[in-house]
Amino acid sequence: MARIDLVDLAHSYGGNAADPSSYALKPVTMTWRQGGAYALLGPSGCGKTTLLNLISGIVTPSRGKILFDGVDITPLSTQKRNIAQVFQFPVIYDTMTVGQNLAFPLKNRGVPKGEIDVRVAQIAKLLDLTPDLDRKATRLTADAKQKISLGRGLVRSDVAAVLFDEPLTVIDPELKWQLRSKLKALHRELDLTMIYVTHDQTEALTFADTVVVMHDGRVVQSGTPAELFDKPAHTFVGYFIGSPGMNIVPAKVRGREAQVDGHVIALNRSYDKLPAGARIEIGVRPEFVDVAAPAPGLISANIERIDDLGRVRFARLRVGDVKFAARVPPGFSVPGDVAGLIFDPSRVHVYADSLLIEGTK
Amino acid sequence: MKKTINNRAWFLIAPVVIVVLFSALLPVMTVVNYSVQDAMAENHFFWNGDTWFRDLLDPSTEIGARFSGALERNLIFSFVILLIEVPLGIALSLALPRRGWAVGPSLVLIALPMLIPWNVVGTMWQIFARADIGLFGAALNGLGLNYNDTQDPVSAWFTILVIDVWHWTPLVILLSYAGLRAIPDAFYQAARIDAASRWAVFLKIELPKLQRVLVLAILLRFMQSFMIYTEPFVVTGGGPGNATTFLSIDLVKIALGQVDLGSAAAMSLVYYLITISLCWIFFTAMSQLDMLKEA
Repeated sequence: MARIDLVDLAHSYGGNAADPSSYALKPVTMTWRQGGAYALLGPSGCGKTTLLNLISGIVTPSRGKILFDGVDITPLSTQKRNIAQVFQFPVIYDTMTVGQNLAFPLKNRGVPKGEIDVRVAQIAKLLDLTPDLDRKATRLTADAKQKISLGRGLVRSDVAAVLFDEPLTVIDPELKWQLRSKLKALHRELDLTMIYVTHDQTEALTFADTVVVMHDGRVVQSGTPAELFDKPAHTFVGYFIGSPGMNIVPAKVRGREAQVDGHVIALNRSYDKLPAGARIEIGVRPEFVDVAAPAPGLISANIERIDDLGRVRFARLRVGDVKFAARVPPGFSVPGDVAGLIFDPSRVHVYADSLLIEGTK
Repeated sequence: MKKTINNRAWFLIAPVVIVVLFSALLPVMTVVNYSVQDAMAENHFFWNGDTWFRDLLDPSTEIGARFSGALERNLIFSFVILLIEVPLGIALSLALPRRGWAVGPSLVLIALPMLIPWNVVGTMWQIFARADIGLFGAALNGLGLNYNDTQDPVSAWFTILVIDVWHWTPLVILLSYAGLRAIPDAFYQAARIDAASRWAVFLKIELPKLQRVLVLAILLRFMQSFMIYTEPFVVTGGGPGNATTFLSIDLVKIALGQVDLGSAAAMSLVYYLITISLCWIFFTAMSQLDMLKEA
């Protein structure tokens, strides 16, 4: 159990530390607090597994330091780091029973037999593996094997953190929900720091209390699910999180007004000092743009199609050349091919070169 | 649902049947033919029943004693070969580099002995092992060992074993190396997380994952070593005495040296049946082991 600090940590697989563009993980400085439930979210190849493997010591960083409770552990091997990690595909020891598999990390560390038995029984119970404890692990299904892998990650009580590398990839959707909520319950019960890597936003948002979004080797935002939804710090966060993603459209912004394709959208804040020469965009989530009957004063848009997601409907529209997604209010029937758009000014954000700009009141 | 029964499909396997007929069945039937008859000059054959087989399997007869002696040598030889080559092959495959520029050159170097034809290997070693001028033989004598592969049975056996180990351990290495490479990295990473020792990684991850390729390696090495012929034929000529006279060598002596076709044919068949049965037993035992493990 520890606080984990990353100080200017970066990694390049080519080993060419002098060339920052070759970094699979660009320099990052951040803190993971003791007992937190974190999700590392990002598309494939964004560097999240690299970051995880750096923390567990499977990969040695090209530069920077990793501190556990203030102690620099960068040069320590994986075995000495006191980290548990669960991998994407089940790793089980073929010749052992389920119980022996669960006991293996403890046995290797010289934990007394009595203590091992208690701990294994407890973890087996939490993961519903008790009836299988004496069975050979090879005969079980992929789900059960992955539960054993999870169990080996959780069985040690003294770990600094448990790292999960997309652990539910091989699990059926139905069981996925169960296991995810089980992991969350385990997190509360065992008071462990957990870092969960995934490219699935639902998984990240339901599991974690802090979601760290990565893009192109960089940590672009770290915050609660609500923060990521309400105020994406980077346009990538805007469209990666949320379904459909945020509308991000090029705009001319002056003071409290944004112009999109000649139409004016009111803003809640004033943006007077935008960086010169930067690419200016506005971002607004489809949830905060309503489709209405065309009316004077509303931006008019051409409707391309309506996506009915059951609980909510989204319209796909076009304003000039710019594509939009917008919410269709319940009970509203679309009159024809043309609709008006109503923006919630407090939800419209301004981005310069993809980064959020805080306006002034 | 009603299935259409169409026996014409059998014609589709006709080509295979014909090929097998000419490549295996006809030659074997010739041998069977010889084994139950006595051949006289000018192709006169007399029905001889199972006499050749009776004599062969009765150790009190001259031919029976030769057969049982050679069979015993074959079994010991194959057993020792497996005992040396399998562990050695696994150990060397573990020592090979896993990635980087060194992989290609080391695999080629390892595979080289396998590419040399048997009789060339025999000739090379016959000279190499000579006690007077051969580098290997002379060096051993220089070290004070009394080595002479044509006069001393221990030296002769030692030489044949060394040749086979040199020639065929590479096969075990390559098979085992391929098996090791097929183990996903995650297993090694998980073992590091679980603080498993190197020995535990070998016993709990590598060896179980290698089981299938090792069954193959053991089977191939057993079959080949049980059929050993060229090396003793070229290097020791089956001697000194009959110390390295294995079944195949004796068979050739009987068939071509003494032109004792009946005994030779009976011996071929029995030899053949022993090889097949032992392979079958090996294979079944090892697959059973697999089933037991998973149960």
